[in-house]
Amino acid sequence: MQLKVNGVGRSFDGDPEMPLLWYLRDVLGLAGAKFGCGIGLCGACTVHQNGEAVRSCLTPMKSLAGVEITTIEGLGAGGLHPVQKAWMAGDVPQCGYCQPGQIMQAVALLKSKPHPTDQDIDEMMQGNICRCGTYQRIRAAIKAAAGEGA
Amino acid sequence: MSEILNLSRRGFMKNVFSAGAFVLGARLFPRALWAAAIEAEDPLSGAAFHPGVFVGLEPDGTVTIVAARSEMGTGSRTGLPRIVADEMEADWSRVKIVQALGDPKYGNQDTDGSHSVRSFFDVMRQAGATARTMLVEAAAQQWKAPTAECEARLHTVVHRPSGRTASYGSLAAAAAALPVPAPGTLKFKPRSQWRYIGKDASVFDLEGLCTGQPLFGMDARADGMLYASVEHPPVLGGKVTSVDDSEALKVAGVKQTVAIDPFKPPHGFQPLGGIAVIAENTWAAFQGRQKLKIAWDNGPHASYDSDAYRKDLEQTARQPGKVAWNVGDVDAEFAKGGKTLEAGYYVPLLAHASMEPPVALADYRDGKVEVWAPTQDPQAAQETVGQVLGIPKENVICHVTLLGGAFGRKSMPDYVAEAAILSKKAGRPVKVVWTREDDIKFDYYHAVAAMYMKAALGANGMPSAWLQRSVFPPIGSTFAPNSTYGGGGELGMGFTDTPFAVPNLRAENGPATAHVRIGWLRSVANIYHAFAVQSFAAELAHAAGRDPLDYLLALIGPDRVIPKTALGTDYDNMGGDYKDYPIDTARLRRVTQMAAEQAGWGKRKPGSGQGIGIAVHRSFLTYVATAIQVEMDDKGKVRIGRVDTAVDAGTIVNPESVRNQFEGAAVFSTSLAKYGEITATHGVINQGNFQDYPMCRINEAPREIHVHLVESEAPPAGVGEPGVPPFAPALCNAIFAATGKRIRELPLSRSNLA
Repeated sequence: MQLKVNGVGRSFDGDPEMPLLWYLRDVLGLAGAKFGCGIGLCGACTVHQNGEAVRSCLTPMKSLAGVEITTIEGLGAGGLHPVQKAWMAGDVPQCGYCQPGQIMQAVALLKSKPHPTDQDIDEMMQGNICRCGTYQRIRAAIKAAAGEGA
Repeated sequence: MSEILNLSRRGFMKNVFSAGAFVLGARLFPRALWAAAIEAEDPLSGAAFHPGVFVGLEPDGTVTIVAARSEMGTGSRTGLPRIVADEMEADWSRVKIVQALGDPKYGNQDTDGSHSVRSFFDVMRQAGATARTMLVEAAAQQWKAPTAECEARLHTVVHRPSGRTASYGSLAAAAAALPVPAPGTLKFKPRSQWRYIGKDASVFDLEGLCTGQPLFGMDARADGMLYASVEHPPVLGGKVTSVDDSEALKVAGVKQTVAIDPFKPPHGFQPLGGIAVIAENTWAAFQGRQKLKIAWDNGPHASYDSDAYRKDLEQTARQPGKVAWNVGDVDAEFAKGGKTLEAGYYVPLLAHASMEPPVALADYRDGKVEVWAPTQDPQAAQETVGQVLGIPKENVICHVTLLGGAFGRKSMPDYVAEAAILSKKAGRPVKVVWTREDDIKFDYYHAVAAMYMKAALGANGMPSAWLQRSVFPPIGSTFAPNSTYGGGGELGMGFTDTPFAVPNLRAENGPATAHVRIGWLRSVANIYHAFAVQSFAAELAHAAGRDPLDYLLALIGPDRVIPKTALGTDYDNMGGDYKDYPIDTARLRRVTQMAAEQAGWGKRKPGSGQGIGIAVHRSFLTYVATAIQVEMDDKGKVRIGRVDTAVDAGTIVNPESVRNQFEGAAVFSTSLAKYGEITATHGVINQGNFQDYPMCRINEAPREIHVHLVESEAPPAGVGEPGVPPFAPALCNAIFAATGKRIRELPLSRSNLA
């Protein structure tokens, strides 16, 4: 089967049940999407499937024929994405492990709600756990990025 | 003062510094060992080195600083080099940071106990000042000018009278040929001229972290590597009695299974044992593992049941224990028959659940092994790996990756040893990946604890006697199975240093047997000690009919430095010299008042579902007070509104990192207070992933966290951990103010607050 990852055409003939996460990490060597829980409860593995945020740990390869996947490595093709810039300006990360997933989720949020309210942020970001507890800065960075028209 | 050495042109650390670089190292070794090491390695030139801090200046002006401590999100990998760069007058934009391998020459690399800045502040400054002094000297010699007419200014040496300048890079070769000035002659920059210390900075790895660079242990790769997942014995000390791996081996991509021997007690940092499945990718390893059919002998810990265990702990806490600290005569005061108050508190086992589960990559070849691991303690990893493979620890090369969270878990390198064992068996590099379930079911848990408190109430409702008992399975049980009493380290964490002005006070510790692995978790024993002490203080305030803040300040009493002799004899003050880091009640009072003022204490009337609570605690030599405002909804759910945390951590290197740590501690503690609970049935841990060991999410995090830093010139103290202890008691005190319900057990999910 064929799919596109960060704009590059790929063909896959492995275990059709293999989650996208492990294809990205182990087969393609794209480490941006992280393994956190394996059951869609933490959001560390978030990537975009045709522009929508999905949990790659729950997305089997068999469902991805003809699909376009974007990982954090492919997010800022022409430099840093405004959300990444906002993350950096706000010194959001501590350990940083969950942040690629947080950023991919936030980019998707801003696509659907360019000027999110606190409630929108609560609803759209609560699937992403940050154990270091950077939520206050994540919220501020999303609002800052919204102001920049991300 | 440490000894600084000129290591230039000696080919030292060739992979880090070029041959033309000006390189300094600082010796952190005791002198006797140092002399022996020199003699053993190079008696003639004295060129054998065991320096602990390295800074190098390349001819192109790049300054390379070696980070020897692990970065798990606290920012020390950035903070420590900034101290060197400041004294060196180096331009931060030209500083490169290189992560050290595990090696005793760096001194203690175990990144725990919130002491990276505290322990290395002076030596970092000394290394920087030495480099600056030598660069100035090199320029002065070139210009044949008096040294006093030359000064360093941001990567340049300036000759004041002529205005002539020389870049640092152009002076590297000349400085490299100079002798190191005697430590006593060094002039340090006055605080007013600090460029970086005390100023906000982004962390060195910021862009990499925001762009998904492969920086973590989970991201490590090696050519030809395989992936492994291990089925561990469900009960601590369990053994495999039989295994059928035929179905596992049929899974596409599975290469082999490997039995890992059970540990020999005490378990220490040894692997738990079990059956590993090795495969071409992580998914195949996970799938294969599910097809294993294993029969276990669960061993004696199969009798462990959390409910029964809790009753035992609580009963022990009601009995006299071993006296850990005594002031005056508590019994005589209780015998007077006045009004007393008593209460028991309970905090369950907690798991670390760092976002990156334990993971390590190992490559074993011919009696040597190279590992890449997110470890807090690379030297312990070398030692443990050496032990399980039966090779000298010097044959274990440990690369330290960034850590995707750690919170104490990654000081224990059992998972690194697993990777090494499996690589040796497979003859290929192997990465062992723990699932979230492995992480939560096979942790080194934060100890479950029962506390008992009793006070006699005297004039104004202030305590005339205070008895506190603490019972918990000690961390010592990880290293000595029969250890049942708390160690000095645990008891010194908020138990034998309660800084209250009470004439009669006794702290007792009762025994508890461990049935799971017990380890360090962010702020360790301070969690249960602060929960009990600071909740009980508020209970006494209520009994006395007084405002909790006024009462707490009265308990702290007059401003004074508590003499060391007034504390328990075992009190080690987290290794901090008591002269530099005494318990100063003025600092305790100041943060308490600061948090209260910033929170607007007393301006809002409690009740009608709203409340404010406060708690203060000194840990890791830092004073922290937290005031929390809550609102209860009609279903009894607590909503945390505003958190004000006042922090006196002495001299602060990077305020931005410090604020981040205390904001994070509020969220970490929200998880702990609301949900944190690990339980066992028949010795098997009941929780496994975020559905049954939930984390605070963005929608339930405190809505506003305000961190207030006290300006201080006191020596630097810890910041990674001390935000945690006061949070849970402040929260429960706020809930009491809002509802009149006193919570004496965590997590909150156990209490009906409707």
